[in-house]
Amino acid sequence: MLATSNRRVVPLDAPRLVTQRPLLVAEGLVKHYGRIRAVDGVSLSVYPGEVLGIVGESGSGKSSVLRLLNLQEDPDAGRYTLDIPAWRGMDLFGLSRFDKRAVRTRHIGIVYQNPYLGLRMSYTSSGNIAERVLLAGERRFAALREAAQESLSASEFPLDRMDDVPRALSGGMQQRVQLAKAIALKPALLLLDEPTTGLDVSVQATVLDTLKRLQRERQISMIIVSHDLGVIRTLADRVMVMYRGKVVEVGLVDQVFEDPQDAYTQQLVHAKL
Amino acid sequence: MLLTVQNYAKHFLIHHLGREVAVFEGLNFTLDAGQFALISGPNGVGKSTLLRCLYRSYRPTHGSAVYQSAFGAVDLARLADVDVLVLRRTEIGFVTQFLRPRPRVTALELVAEPLLEAGHAPEAARAEAEALLAGFGLKPGLLHAYPTTFSGGEQQKVNLARALIRPCRLLLLDEPTASLDAATRAMLVERLTTLKAAGVAMLGVFHHPEDVAALIDLEVHLTAGAALAALPGEEIPHVAE
Repeated sequence: MLATSNRRVVPLDAPRLVTQRPLLVAEGLVKHYGRIRAVDGVSLSVYPGEVLGIVGESGSGKSSVLRLLNLQEDPDAGRYTLDIPAWRGMDLFGLSRFDKRAVRTRHIGIVYQNPYLGLRMSYTSSGNIAERVLLAGERRFAALREAAQESLSASEFPLDRMDDVPRALSGGMQQRVQLAKAIALKPALLLLDEPTTGLDVSVQATVLDTLKRLQRERQISMIIVSHDLGVIRTLADRVMVMYRGKVVEVGLVDQVFEDPQDAYTQQLVHAKL
Repeated sequence: MLLTVQNYAKHFLIHHLGREVAVFEGLNFTLDAGQFALISGPNGVGKSTLLRCLYRSYRPTHGSAVYQSAFGAVDLARLADVDVLVLRRTEIGFVTQFLRPRPRVTALELVAEPLLEAGHAPEAARAEAEALLAGFGLKPGLLHAYPTTFSGGEQQKVNLARALIRPCRLLLLDEPTASLDAATRAMLVERLTTLKAAGVAMLGVFHHPEDVAALIDLEVHLTAGAALAALPGEEIPHVAE
């Protein structure tokens, strides 16, 4: 799994203080697109309430990993388990399309860099969230509206705009709608693919703060992909560095950024302005 | 002994130079609850590096740092990353001179955050944060302002409060008095004295050790380690105790 790391440090033991099982375990993920090995033997685990960052340059495979974990695409190899009711211990890649969709809807939320991927632009913002709750079986209009309001508030979205269509909203607000939709069913896992890239710097700061608050209040596990090391440093507990489809280093966020072991990580970290 | 450090060493392997830099080697010392250890030595000798290794912001190259946690004895040098996160949240604190304030987060929120993360009620957490910041002499008007706009000294007060608000058993201090005026330094020393009396073990680098002279139980003195020019095979000077 790890490529050229500096082996000249004290090797680490397996976890023993953490009392919970990992929420997510993915082993040996492989995904090819033609000749390109976008994901080339990636393994990771995420504990409940933890934030794992994934960094790497464009083309490193980080977004591909996220698509696999979102059960959007099938891998060429690998095993993926989530510690969630009804699916505990089962390899999610082996489920039927119907079951994968059920897992994806109920237990995983995703926020894309481009809100057009995550939202229906012609529905209202509250409608986008309500749709998700509807899919989970809720039929009553009042309950749907309340769920939408609750999620939008948690995402610090101004409720007086909840009936606006996303097209009418700013970038930051669109991301908040995506976030609200992603957390509406209170999933155990939230996947974020460059959630603040492209937003104004001041807006980015507030969205990051919302994410941090949400993570603390709901103890939701997050995997955040970003090429922006500052975003990762702010939000993540641990970070995984990817290069050409492989994981070259994984560790505590301050350790990977301040004492990078791998040659590529050293270059990546020192390139930061 | 709360902390037993044995044969502890840190080297940096700088890949693009193809070079290994040895910072310190063969370090041994112990620290008990309620003891205050000063790390001393010339600039650049590795004092901050030692603290960061113990906190696991750096990975030690070899040796052990056995810590008697509430969960039992653990070797901080080999502890799993997720376990280090647990100890950082519950038992081991680190006060540095570098605040990394998130933009658009107020001083009060930053200081209250560790308590909120530990599950305290928001009102209580904020009240405690406010009291602690007042204890360090932060102007009340700055409570709801963003530390990114503060002076160095004011930022350091926020930094100190954030690091000290949650009780811990082992406290690592890296030049905590940098940028502070004499009055604030005195407030910090008073706070450390209280913590020491409560049994907190402390290990620190102080630019002005005279500030904490009355607290010091032992000194971990680092002598000049290997310089950048050190070649494999050359003897690394051992650390004096």
